[in-house]
Amino acid sequence: MGKVVINPARCKGCKLCIEVCPRNVLVPSSKNNHLGIYVVEPKKVGECTGCSRCAMICPDVAIEVYR
Amino acid sequence: MKKVFGRTRTLRDTHTHYCPGCGHGIAHRLVAEVIDELGIRERTIGIAPVGCAVLAYYYWDLDICEAPHGRPPAVATGMKSVNPKNIVFTYQGDGDLAAIGFNETIHAANRGENITVIFINNAIYGMTGGQMAPTTLCGQVTATTPSGRNAERYGQPIHVAELLGHLPGVTFSSRVALSDIPNIMKTKQAIKKAFQAQMDGKGFSIVEVLSPCPTYWRKTPVEALKFIKKDMTKIFPLGVFKE
Repeated sequence: MGKVVINPARCKGCKLCIEVCPRNVLVPSSKNNHLGIYVVEPKKVGECTGCSRCAMICPDVAIEVYR
Repeated sequence: MKKVFGRTRTLRDTHTHYCPGCGHGIAHRLVAEVIDELGIRERTIGIAPVGCAVLAYYYWDLDICEAPHGRPPAVATGMKSVNPKNIVFTYQGDGDLAAIGFNETIHAANRGENITVIFINNAIYGMTGGQMAPTTLCGQVTATTPSGRNAERYGQPIHVAELLGHLPGVTFSSRVALSDIPNIMKTKQAIKKAFQAQMDGKGFSIVEVLSPCPTYWRKTPVEALKFIKKDMTKIFPLGVFKE
């Protein structure tokens, strides 16, 4: 069981985290941040294993992972 | 729950000016993590280049010096000579290292200066608007080669890691990529080895990092990573060329 916390102020919406997530936990949301970017958010929260792949590929270090 | 991944001490918690999906952010994180794992933050000096990473001093919580275009190895030589106990590294792009600054790079390597060079190869000039760089692939469309790079007219892309690997002053030369998770982990290991070589006083170490530039490759961030994996690594094979 894991948990991802995405900082919306750092997310630039590149969606690389969605691509690498093996459990399809992350999805693009309809929420804008202060830059007008549609940020990514965790949806299937219970599926997360805390593997940290999303955080490792995030170019903006917007993701924190707990396990 | 325990935190298993977060921002490392050396990386400042700030917004970066890089485009979405740019490889510089990942490379900055890896360098910061290596510096913290080796415990050398207090005695490390970075040299920022001219290029997209010109504002690197805002992102690393280190002593950073900015150098004129292509001259970080020359500045690093001075920094290291004044106090050899300092760990000195340069962070350069392909326009900076392989074009205007190749003279500085190759002579610093040939002298065997005990510095570390992190070379970000994205096969294009990013900051100035996507012009052809010496490392641009044949057939790649850029602002100055609208019909693709022609090898007869402009020559073949320069292979920096192989070229410097031939010099006796170089102790570590490696090419890695930021194309997927396993390669990102290998990139971190290579950067760590390069810093370790400097700490052991062995001489010049260089890590060439194949990095995505989605904006000027005219691709999405996901397509850009696939481009590195499929096309770029065919021309620039990954591996260790000297150790």
